[in-house]
Amino acid sequence: MTKVRHSNFEPAAALLRHVIPAGDYWIDTVKAGGTLRIVDVEGNQAADTLIFNAGDVWDRYSAVDTIREQGNVYLSHGSKLRSTAGNVLAEIVADTVGRHDTLGGACASESNTVRYALEKRTMHACRDSYLLALAEHDHLGLSKRDLGHNINFFMNVPVTSEGGLTFADGLSGPGQYVEMRAAMDIIVLISNCPQLNNPCNAYNPTPLEVLIWEADVS
Amino acid sequence: MIYETLIEGGKHWSLTLRAGMRLRIVDRDGGANVGMLFYNPQNPLERYNAPDTLKCQHTFKLTKGHCLYSDMGRIFCSIVEDTAGWHDTVCGNADRQRVAGRWGAKSYQEHRNEWTQNGHDAFLVEGGKYGLSRRDLAANVNWFSKVSVADDGSMQFDGNHGRPGRYVDLRFEMNSLVLLHTCPHPLNPAAHYPRRPVLLQLSRADPVADDDLCRNSRPENVRGFLNTELYQRCGGAQE
Repeated sequence: MTKVRHSNFEPAAALLRHVIPAGDYWIDTVKAGGTLRIVDVEGNQAADTLIFNAGDVWDRYSAVDTIREQGNVYLSHGSKLRSTAGNVLAEIVADTVGRHDTLGGACASESNTVRYALEKRTMHACRDSYLLALAEHDHLGLSKRDLGHNINFFMNVPVTSEGGLTFADGLSGPGQYVEMRAAMDIIVLISNCPQLNNPCNAYNPTPLEVLIWEADVS
Repeated sequence: MIYETLIEGGKHWSLTLRAGMRLRIVDRDGGANVGMLFYNPQNPLERYNAPDTLKCQHTFKLTKGHCLYSDMGRIFCSIVEDTAGWHDTVCGNADRQRVAGRWGAKSYQEHRNEWTQNGHDAFLVEGGKYGLSRRDLAANVNWFSKVSVADDGSMQFDGNHGRPGRYVDLRFEMNSLVLLHTCPHPLNPAAHYPRRPVLLQLSRADPVADDDLCRNSRPENVRGFLNTELYQRCGGAQE
């Protein structure tokens, strides 16, 4: 069932290498034709990812348009990541895991109260990282309104034929990665998930690494 | 009953419903699709969140016993009755290009009320009446549409799901702005633009009993109701 595809890019040739500590965020622009790799450094770490059209930031990644147009609820190599306006923002061009989630959304302090306990309301969550990122980059003109439903790279959320949703052990592991090639200039915002209440991070949030290659360096 | 109306297929509407109201949606002829989004009228930044709704209840489909969550851990409404058994919330809408490609574009100039409207534009128009824009849209519910998933993740639209007279009852747990359209589901393979009417029936809901099905269907929903009640008790329901 997996659709594994490895990459030929050399880390030494990357334009950028950056480690995102657990519970932190990263936001940057990837130019059209450039490639972004996200590495699950220690394994089983969810990378909650949002993408914006850099030329029209209110046009953003859309989970529903992406899965409907590809006819499949899981993301893997070959998946075209579409926007709310139907544009292709990026395509997954390499993937050593084979399946990523885009149904489960990001954790928030408020949804944590529902899922785990009301007293979890003060625990760190991906949406807090997103909101801080947008506040610290307010020149982008983005706010809570622009937080759509994200991708959870390295998370495994199988749907059953009876209509159930399950949270399974991750298929990912140390050093696994996924790559997307930008189809236009895009802004990528990643929350390195701080969740301590479920197995999406194996109860142990760990670093992610991002690498960017410019177009035509392979 | 407080009010009843019929919405023709391929149309859109919106209304604000107070906590404690019940909305019955009836697929009168079978094969209807009703796209729906929910907002907190006091602060429309709080909106329906399909991922939270699904993961809080470990479900992919929506049916009786489920609650529809906002992104703030609160419940807009509960599904207190459902004779359809499966409703979609992951497929979004058809847009103008998809409708034109599938069924052909019928202009208003030529076809008047029989023009081929699409769910995406419907939400933009209805949301615009409240100052909302494309930035405020989110994954919507598609009532009466069934899309199931095989082990490999592939999605199948069930063209046989609809039956005349099937209905779903929503009990509102907080004041809600409801945007709705009756435009075709984006995966409907029908040869001709499907145009199915729905009946909307508004009434006063029974109070939420201690043994309420939706409240108690999962421990998560007990906490969702507590969050919603706290919001009301602290003045969140005031206008």
